[in-house]
Amino acid sequence: MGGIAIIDSGGANIASLLFAFQRLGTTATLTVDADEIRSADCVLLPGVGAARDAMTRLSDAGLVDVIKSLEQPVLGICLGMQLLCEGSEEEDVECLGIVPGVAARLPSAPDFPVPNMGWCATRQVADHAILADIADASFFYFLHSYALPVSEFTLATAEHANPFSAIIGRKNFVAAQFHPERSSAAGARLLRNFIEMPS
Amino acid sequence: MRDGVVVKGVQFRNHRVVGDILELAERYCAEGADELVFYDITASPDDRSVDRSWVSRVAAVLDIPFCVAGGIRSVEAAEDVLNKGADKISINSPALAEPELISDLARRFGSQCVVIGIDSREEGGGYFVYQYTGDPDKTLAAQRATLDWVREVQERGAGEIVLNCMNQDGVRKGYDNEQLAAVRAICKVPLIASGGAGTMDHFLQVFERANVDGALAASVFHSAEIPIPDLKAYLADHRVHIRN
Repeated sequence: MGGIAIIDSGGANIASLLFAFQRLGTTATLTVDADEIRSADCVLLPGVGAARDAMTRLSDAGLVDVIKSLEQPVLGICLGMQLLCEGSEEEDVECLGIVPGVAARLPSAPDFPVPNMGWCATRQVADHAILADIADASFFYFLHSYALPVSEFTLATAEHANPFSAIIGRKNFVAAQFHPERSSAAGARLLRNFIEMPS
Repeated sequence: MRDGVVVKGVQFRNHRVVGDILELAERYCAEGADELVFYDITASPDDRSVDRSWVSRVAAVLDIPFCVAGGIRSVEAAEDVLNKGADKISINSPALAEPELISDLARRFGSQCVVIGIDSREEGGGYFVYQYTGDPDKTLAAQRATLDWVREVQERGAGEIVLNCMNQDGVRKGYDNEQLAAVRAICKVPLIASGGAGTMDHFLQVFERANVDGALAASVFHSAEIPIPDLKAYLADHRVHIRN
């Protein structure tokens, strides 16, 4: 069937992602259907809220092994990034474990409010197709209280009280802590890069 | 907003129409605004919920975050607004009427979606909260000290606070930096200044003197008196860290 599949992880912010693909002149389908997801050209895993609720939903839909076995490009967004990793300090919940790493709560420090809500500059630390034609130091829109530490899978970093992973990648899986669908021209470019990534 | 068009008043009175929602949204987005907030100002005083037919239309054209405020009194109403494509919801009067709503919303959607708007007025050296400020005839004192309320909403899971300093609203004499600094001292979540912007220097002052995370303004942008690109260049020149 091809096309762009967005996995319905139960978050309430999925409309803005659907609209972002409309603005790119294409259409994405919101789904929890395993066959539809397996046969898509590329797959997005968005999410807001708590990791446990989202993992329960994926598990109930029989999607845990489906996602792990995907070979086409997959993009996790915000909570979807955590879901692709091993888990989070927030709750004792096992996530998909596709990319090593455990999300930690952002430390609350003077001058660094938590949640981190707003535009942050990113620093690119690796070459990757998802970053094509995006200038280093580009700003993206973040909305989160937990973040993945910097690791060998980090493609770009951002700073709160400490540096954290803004974009990670491993094989066909990439993930962004920020919301590309609300990150103006740089975010639109990232989504375009993603749907044009070779399978 | 009121009845589907954008309006702006002075000190929460004498509102007049300034334009069409979609046209203004697209204009501000193209000019480099970092975030937009849509207030349905009469939703709470009229005891009805926000008219949401426009939320999807706005979500379809905007590629920056936006927040919707006005008469959101339940988890279901908040969910509807978020499902239509808003990134955050802001509540003010309903949170005062039922503080438990803040906790419920934070649990359901995460703190990062939940913005608390506070309308605060300086009186005899203290700061006090007002509610139903969208209609001058219904505005009333909420019988709460602003600093106490700021502490409580954070404990209940608010992810951001927008402090509307009523004495300064729409009069363009500068933000209430003293009040904002007092709130900043006890506010561990992002704090957005609102009310009083008249010049580019006012924006710089509020970032430097009150250390806020963002500055919200309406009149000076609606009137095009301060072009957003000029403001952002001015702030960047003065070493305010801002998206260019």
